[in-house]
Amino acid sequence: MFLYALTLQRSGAITCTAYGNFSAPKQHEIVISHGKTLELIRPDQNGKIQSICQMECFGLIRSMASFRLPGSNKDYLVLGADSGRISVLEFSKERNQFERVHLETYGKSGCRRIVPGQFLASDPKGRAVMISAIEKQKLVYVFNRDASSKLTISSPLEAHKASTIHFSIVGVDVGFDNPIFAALEMDYSDADADETGQSAEEFNKVLTFYELDLGLNHVVRKASEPIDAASNMLIPVPGDTDGPSGVLVCAENKIAYKKPDHEDVVALIPRRQGMPLDQPLLITGYSHLKQKDGFFFLLQSEIGDLYRLTLTYNDEEVSEINITYFDTVPVAQSITILKTGFLFVASEFGNHALYQFLSIKGSDESDMMPVEVEIEGETIEIPHFAPRPLKNLLLVDEMESLSPILDMRVLDLAGEETPQIYALCGKGPRSTLRTLRHGLAVAEMAVSELPSNPLAVWTVKGSSKDAADKYIVVTFANATIVLSIGDTVEEVTDSGFLATNKTLSVSLLGDDSLLQVHPNGLRTVRSDKRISQFTPPNKGVINLVAVNQQQVVVALADHTMIYFELDAVGQLQEKAKPEIGGGQIAALDISPLGAGRSRGRFLAVGASVDGSWFVRILSLDPGSFMHIVSRQALPAKPESLCLIEISIGAAQSDGGTPTLFLFAGLENGVLMRITVDPITGQLAPEFRTRFLGTKPVKLFKVLVQEQPAVLALSSRSWLAYNFQGRYQITPLSYETLEYASGFASDQCPEGFVCVAANTLRILTVERLGEVFNQHSMKLSFTPRKSALLKDSGCFVVLETDHNSDMEKAKEARCDVAEDEEEENENKLPHSIYGEQRAGEAKWASRVRVIDPNERETKQIIELDPNEAALSVCVATFYDRKGHTFLCFGTAVGHKVGSRTGSGFLHTYSVVGSQLTFVHKTPIDGVPRALCSFQGRLLVGVGSALRLYEMGKRKLLRKCENRNIPNLVVTISTMGDRIYVGDVAESISFLKYNRILNELVIFADDTHPRWMTAACPVDYDTVAGADKFGNIFLTRLPDNVSDEISEEPGAVGMFEGNDLQGAHYKAEEIVQYHVGETVCSLQKATLSPGGSDAIIYGTMYGGIGALQPFVSREDVDFFLHLEMHLRGAAGAREHKPAGEGICGRDQLSFRSYYFPVKDVVDGDLCETFNYLSPSRQKQIAEDLDRTPGEVAKKLEDMRNRLL
Amino acid sequence: MSSDAKSVYSQQEHLQMKYVGTGHADTSKWEWAVNQHRDTYAAYIGHYSLLAYNSVAENESIGRLKYQYLQKMLSPCGKPPKKEDD
Repeated sequence: MFLYALTLQRSGAITCTAYGNFSAPKQHEIVISHGKTLELIRPDQNGKIQSICQMECFGLIRSMASFRLPGSNKDYLVLGADSGRISVLEFSKERNQFERVHLETYGKSGCRRIVPGQFLASDPKGRAVMISAIEKQKLVYVFNRDASSKLTISSPLEAHKASTIHFSIVGVDVGFDNPIFAALEMDYSDADADETGQSAEEFNKVLTFYELDLGLNHVVRKASEPIDAASNMLIPVPGDTDGPSGVLVCAENKIAYKKPDHEDVVALIPRRQGMPLDQPLLITGYSHLKQKDGFFFLLQSEIGDLYRLTLTYNDEEVSEINITYFDTVPVAQSITILKTGFLFVASEFGNHALYQFLSIKGSDESDMMPVEVEIEGETIEIPHFAPRPLKNLLLVDEMESLSPILDMRVLDLAGEETPQIYALCGKGPRSTLRTLRHGLAVAEMAVSELPSNPLAVWTVKGSSKDAADKYIVVTFANATIVLSIGDTVEEVTDSGFLATNKTLSVSLLGDDSLLQVHPNGLRTVRSDKRISQFTPPNKGVINLVAVNQQQVVVALADHTMIYFELDAVGQLQEKAKPEIGGGQIAALDISPLGAGRSRGRFLAVGASVDGSWFVRILSLDPGSFMHIVSRQALPAKPESLCLIEISIGAAQSDGGTPTLFLFAGLENGVLMRITVDPITGQLAPEFRTRFLGTKPVKLFKVLVQEQPAVLALSSRSWLAYNFQGRYQITPLSYETLEYASGFASDQCPEGFVCVAANTLRILTVERLGEVFNQHSMKLSFTPRKSALLKDSGCFVVLETDHNSDMEKAKEARCDVAEDEEEENENKLPHSIYGEQRAGEAKWASRVRVIDPNERETKQIIELDPNEAALSVCVATFYDRKGHTFLCFGTAVGHKVGSRTGSGFLHTYSVVGSQLTFVHKTPIDGVPRALCSFQGRLLVGVGSALRLYEMGKRKLLRKCENRNIPNLVVTISTMGDRIYVGDVAESISFLKYNRILNELVIFADDTHPRWMTAACPVDYDTVAGADKFGNIFLTRLPDNVSDEISEEPGAVGMFEGNDLQGAHYKAEEIVQYHVGETVCSLQKATLSPGGSDAIIYGTMYGGIGALQPFVSREDVDFFLHLEMHLRGAAGAREHKPAGEGICGRDQLSFRSYYFPVKDVVDGDLCETFNYLSPSRQKQIAEDLDRTPGEVAKKLEDMRNRLL
Repeated sequence: MSSDAKSVYSQQEHLQMKYVGTGHADTSKWEWAVNQHRDTYAAYIGHYSLLAYNSVAENESIGRLKYQYLQKMLSPCGKPPKKEDD
């Protein structure tokens, strides 16, 4: 079996960020790493985050740093990845992607202890970077310019120190003196040698300064000073003319300023009121802002509080560190202050946020309340503060992130034909249940009802120079109304348009005339309200019309056409009566003017000839006027045609070249896209088709991000547009629309005005490029598992938090979901405030019944304090026919990581969505997995698998198998087979022997795998995922399967063969490394008629699918494409065998833990679309195809899923 | 000792110098375990998704866990066993 692996939703989690001007000078941008993808974002002036480019790296990015060569105004990016190589990237504006400038190998690949890549620091003046491993190795690379001012990189200079653990490294700002790097180090050699264990207890941490001597070209250990044993992070302080230089050393509860030959200055970190003093507080993130009149730092603590830190200094002498409370935001992986006045907070989990600074002053000293505390006989004052809602920051935008997806289900609970994805996301108080639907999210700006059902709607500008539209024109069967757009939308009667007839088209003609086409003629309204009219000869009735700013063509009811052009004085002149040789005309369009041209060159006509439908292209050039230049047969009657220029590749504004396309919307709901030669008008022989819906497809030209785009309306609405240099066609998540037009006003610069039944709606599309749009519902604790109550379509969600006190949690959250967090001005919302750590083995947990359609909580079952719900399933019991039960397993006072303990099995009866308590069964282990099986309940208790039956007072244990290697974490069943996932030993196949009442392991997997999720794909095959980010399929060999099913009695004899595991071994048939921990797997289809696929959700919030190929030919094609593409992505020149931008080889990345087997990497294949046209052509030729065909194949694979 | 054996010995020594954790004939159980633990913690930190996984399980911040793991690398398996005098 060959599978095609494709990421559907890129991961949302952010692992590290780098700030700089990458695409152009003064463009303040942030590069973010999502682990294996790199993204460039830019907050615009309005505070909306714009995603500029996203790139797959085929490696794990662990650290990033930006640097700028002296005298330059753009930044380079350095990546520290798992490739054993350092790569230097530059953003190429032309190709809208990062390109590798340098790639230097220094060690083995993989995230190893002593191979650098974990920490990266650049010299503030951009002369060198230091890249370091967790232990021992540190390398310094020196950057320079060569004669042609290209960036050069030196060979590495070593600054290794054996037996040393690194916590943090930074580049110290020393101006143009020799670059200095500071490292926070811990030496373990004494602890390893001391038998008494004393050294380990009294260990030391040191701050070491490494000086890069540019003259001698080597690195010297300049100074090494002991620091607080609980130090965790370094922060460089601006130097040279901007500040005193040196570093801040963050430790638990305090921050110290350090510089060689400078006395230490120490300050205590202010604490939240009520936070126990024995609970240490760490700073985990920082950012700083340099201004003309000084600099300040923002620090974030591990519980989310932001502090403003300034230094009091005189010349180079620091006398005081001042720390004040600033605001509280979600706990971040990194925070970045932008020079444009924004703060980007890359949350550890959940959505990322962009805040605008309202003030950078922070709170006054008066907000801080010193509390005197006696520690070891000394009285010290510790500043305290009360967290409050945001005062200095204003939330302006969010970047959605599903991270972490802990459980996920693909189901159609809303009855929409297309299944939705329900994902349990988040951690602690920021947990959510999110409903994902394929398509772009649409925001309603306005909805107004009209007296009857309008037929169509247009918007028109008053002049070609205007940015906003002037009128909205709505037409009914026998009337037209005109609305003027201003602060409000009002009906007007002085527009000059004919109101007493139906309208066929309204548009801007020339610079400032308006054209209305109605069945009885053409009406031109000049800017001075002069009106001129044209009436078709012989009382002809106009049926169809196509216009651009200079040309008009109409088709009459008798299927003749008349073509007009605008003359120099702004008068429409009849130019010709194009002939296409009879037949019914069904659709028309004229090509757009294009920049600087006064005439669209082509006319497209969809007409019938002898009962079959064709589209013809007529030339409008004076040289070949009205010649039919090409034609194409259509499979059905065209409802609508659209000639439009969309740039494929870089956006037009960024220098991309537009391609002329003919879109044909057919009556049977199919959209065709054909490339048109812009010179000759020839239609390309290959075309794309896509089924959009059950209604005839109507096409409308609109603008999306100032680029031309097509809105296609059928029973679903779709948008075809260019996003980040790629053509995309995406459905809108909205009800059926009948007619649409682009809309621009001051309040809504880019939207659509649409007709749906008797309403007029103004819509905008948000978050372009998004594959799924989401609705979320808040939960109170980390969601662990879910079960579906089929009858009512409700979810049961287990919410369980470790390290949390149930009593306090109850008090704090009362019920978050129900009263949507009181808007109390002085109280910080609980989701931001978080919770006080309760300590190890303390749990808070509840079971919630949710109606995902209504987004409403139906019932909450509170568990006893310290009881943690871990597993759930809906079960039926053979002696309680017709009743459904919900069982969930809990652990009491459980220690994380421990494999022993005790707990309960709770049983509730289910009626509709109502759960009623039946009984509670004590259990001598931790029930990690439950599954209903043939009228009984399978429970994984530690390393045992047990079968329970329903009893009156409790569940009754019937039989048990204790031979699961370590700990049962997943159970699934199909027929009489049971598939059990072990925490470290992959899948075991079991069978229940009814006669002997035995559960028998008859086969298992040969690989050790740390299972997180499993689902049976067919009777003999199981798909599984492990903690390290692998997905695999394991299958029983045919003969084993036959033997087992033929001789049911024979299975008993396999028992007792403990030494080598089970009697039979399953074979691995598919193996693939995703690159992030997969927590959920399901076999499902994502669209009606789509192919069955294995859908997975990851810790980073990514969603992907593995779908089977339909033919061997496809497999060969994609295997070859993969082979050609390896190494091409991001390489500046073609390298026959190279690597992605981070220097990791794709094949070795996908074979991280086990060699990749029978999976084609769709993410790699899709990088074909980002290659330069010449490279695309070369690869396509090697595959005996055209680039168009390759792109079509790629699109088809994606379309089969979504 | 033949020169071949010598060179193998010196090669091995070189490897042990270069790659921390390379074993030798006298590697004790404790040394082996310490290296394994340190490698494991390094892998947790290097693979961000494992860090996130543990962070969700323990309900601690990622920054805190990273610090804890680095700290635990100092002496992951307690004090070394007493050397036996031979």
